[in-house]
Amino acid sequence: MELVRTADGVPLKVRLREVERRRHLISLLFVAPLTLFLLAFFVFPIISMSKHAIDNIEFVEAIPRTQAAVKQWDGNGIPDEPVFATFVEELRDVYNNKDRSIIGKLAKRVNYEISATRSLILNTARFAGRQTQGPYKQALIGFDKRWGEPAYWAMLKRNAGVLTEFYFVSSIDRQRSAAGELVKLPPEQSIFFDVYVRTFWISGLVTIGCLILGYPVAFLLANVPTRISNMLMFFVLLPFWTALLVRTTAWMVLLQRHGLINDFMKKIGLIVEPLQLILNLGGILIAMIHVLLPFMILPMFSVMKGIDRQHMRAARSLGANSFLAFYRVYFPQSLPGVSAGCLLVFILALGYYITPRLVGGPADQMISHFIAFYTDELLNWGQASALALLLLAITMVLYAFYHRFVGIESTRLG
Amino acid sequence: MQLFPYSTWPERIWHYTLWGICWAVFIYLVAPVLVVLPLSFNPEPYFSYPIKEFSLRWWEHMVESPAWRLAAYNSTVIAICTTILSSVLGTLAAVGLSRGDFPGKGAILALLLSPLIVPIIITSVGIYFFFARVNMVNNVWGIVLAHTILATPFVVTLVTATLVNFDKNQARAGATLGANPLTVFRKITMPLIMPGLASGAIFAFVTSFDEVIVVLFLAGPAELTLPKQMWNGVREQINPSILSVACLLVFVSLLALTLMETIRRYNLRLRGLKE
Repeated sequence: MELVRTADGVPLKVRLREVERRRHLISLLFVAPLTLFLLAFFVFPIISMSKHAIDNIEFVEAIPRTQAAVKQWDGNGIPDEPVFATFVEELRDVYNNKDRSIIGKLAKRVNYEISATRSLILNTARFAGRQTQGPYKQALIGFDKRWGEPAYWAMLKRNAGVLTEFYFVSSIDRQRSAAGELVKLPPEQSIFFDVYVRTFWISGLVTIGCLILGYPVAFLLANVPTRISNMLMFFVLLPFWTALLVRTTAWMVLLQRHGLINDFMKKIGLIVEPLQLILNLGGILIAMIHVLLPFMILPMFSVMKGIDRQHMRAARSLGANSFLAFYRVYFPQSLPGVSAGCLLVFILALGYYITPRLVGGPADQMISHFIAFYTDELLNWGQASALALLLLAITMVLYAFYHRFVGIESTRLG
Repeated sequence: MQLFPYSTWPERIWHYTLWGICWAVFIYLVAPVLVVLPLSFNPEPYFSYPIKEFSLRWWEHMVESPAWRLAAYNSTVIAICTTILSSVLGTLAAVGLSRGDFPGKGAILALLLSPLIVPIIITSVGIYFFFARVNMVNNVWGIVLAHTILATPFVVTLVTATLVNFDKNQARAGATLGANPLTVFRKITMPLIMPGLASGAIFAFVTSFDEVIVVLFLAGPAELTLPKQMWNGVREQINPSILSVACLLVFVSLLALTLMETIRRYNLRLRGLKE
C-alpha cells in the first residue's frame, strides 16, 4: 500500500505529528507564564519549608567540631575526655572570638530538645570562655553536674548531623529516647496529637452540619423554576461573596457575652444570666458552618440540576410514593454532589484559621493556629514548618481523592 | 418542587416543611451580616438595639482616621494590581488549557488550581519564610504576588469555562467571510470570552480586597489593608467603627455580585441562550 503524502511529499502521518507537536508547544507556551510563576512563588516556598523542618543549622553553626567528635563516640553513657575537650574548646572559641548570638540560637534549639536547658548552654559557654586548659571533663561536670548525665550527651549525639528529624518527630508527640527509640512525650508536653484530632473532629462536625443544612437547600434550588432559584441563589451567594472577616465579626457581635443574642433573650425573659455562646466549640461550629455552607450547596446544586426529573415521575408512575421515589431514585443520583461538597468543605475546614481564631476559645484552636503561633510568636520556624507540612500532606491526600473522583474543574464557583 | 392535585397529605406537609427549613437556612446565611451592619449607624459605643437615633459618628471616625485611610488606599492599590496580574496570567493559561489536550495537562491543571486547596495559612507561612530570605516582607509587591497566587485559580476556572463553550465555528465563519485573524479576534473571539474574563477579574479583585491571612504575615505597619486593620480592631476592642468598614466591604461585595450577575445575563444573551 502506498503511503499517503502531502503536496510536498512528506508522509501524511509525519506531517500530522508535526502539526500536533506544534499545537502542543503553543498550548504550553500559553500555560507557561502562570506555571512558572506558581512554581517560583508558591511551590518553591512550600518545598523550601521542608528545609526549615529538617535543618539542624543551630548545631552546625555553633559546634561543628563537637558534632564530628560526638559522631565518632559510641554513644554509651558519657564520652571520654577528648570529646569533652573538643566541646569546651569549641564553645570557648565561639564565646571569645565569634558572634555570641550563635550560642543564643544553640541554647534556644537545645531548649526545644530538653526543657529548661537554655541557661545551661549560655552558662556553659560563659564557663568555657574562661577555661584555658584541661582536663575538661571533671571541670565541666563540676561546673554543672547535668553534663555527667547520659541524656544530655545522647541529645548531642542525636544532633551530630546536618539534618534533624526533631521537628517532625515532635509534631507527632514523640521523642528519641537515649536508646534511640521513638517514645511518646510525657502527657504535659504532648499537644500536637490532640490538636490534629481536634482539627479533624471540628472539620468533621462542620462537614456534617453543612450537609444537613445544605442538602435541603440544594434540593429546593434545583427543583424550583430557574427564575425563582436565581433569586433564592442570592441568599447563598451573598455570604459567599462577603469577606470572611466581616462574617466572623458579625458572629462575634451576635454571640458575645453582651452580644445581640444574649441581650435579646434576656429582654424577652428567656434567660437571666448571659449564656456563653462564643469562645467555645459551639461558637466555632455556628460560625464555621455559616462560612462554609455555600461551598456545600453550590456543588450539590450543580449535580442535582443535572438529575432528570422524569426519573422521579417514572418512579411515581411505577407505584413508589414520593419518599420511596426520592430515596431510591433521586438520592443515589445526588451522591456525587454530596461527596464533592463534603470533601470540599472538609478540606477547607482543616486549614481554617481566622474563624476559629476569633470565635474559638484557647482549648478549641485548630492546627493552623499553632502553625501561626510557632511562626509569629515563638519564632520556631522548624516546628511551624513541620506542622504545616504534615497538614499539607493530609490535605494533598484528600485533594488527590477529590481530583480523582470529582475533578476540581467541575466545581461551580458562583 | 411543586404540589400536584394528586399530592397526598404527607407530601403536602413535607412540601411546606422543606420550604420552612430552607427559609430558616437562608435566614441563617444572610441575617447575621444584615442584623449587625445597621449598628454602624448607632451613636452608642456598644452594640445594641434599638437604634434610638441615626448617626454617622462611626463613619466619620473611620473617614477621619489616617490609619483607615491608609488601609483603604493600600487595599485598593493591592487589589487592582492583583487583578491585572492574575487576569493576564490566568487568561493566558486558560487559553492554553482550552486548546485541547497536551502531555502533562492534568498535572499542570492540578498545579494551577492547587492554591484553592492548600490551606492559606500554609501558603502564607511558606511565602513569609521565602520573602523573609529575599527581603520582600513589609513590601506591597510581595503582598500583590501572594494575592495573585490566591486569585489566579478563579480566573483560570472562569475563563476556561467560557472558552470551552466557545463555538469555534463562529470564528471560522468570520474568517470565511473575509476577516483577517486580528479582526476575527477583535470582533468575535474577544466579545465572546469577555464575560469570562470580566468575572475572573472581579473574583480576583474581591479575593485580594478581602484577604487577611497573607497580609497578617507579609504586611508591616505601612502596608496596612482594610481587613488587616479590621483584624487589629477585632482583636482589641470591637467598636462600631469596625462595622462601618464591614459595611464598606459588604458594599464592594454586593457590587461585585451584581456585576457578576449582569455579566452572566449579558453572556447568555450574547450567545442567544435563554435561561
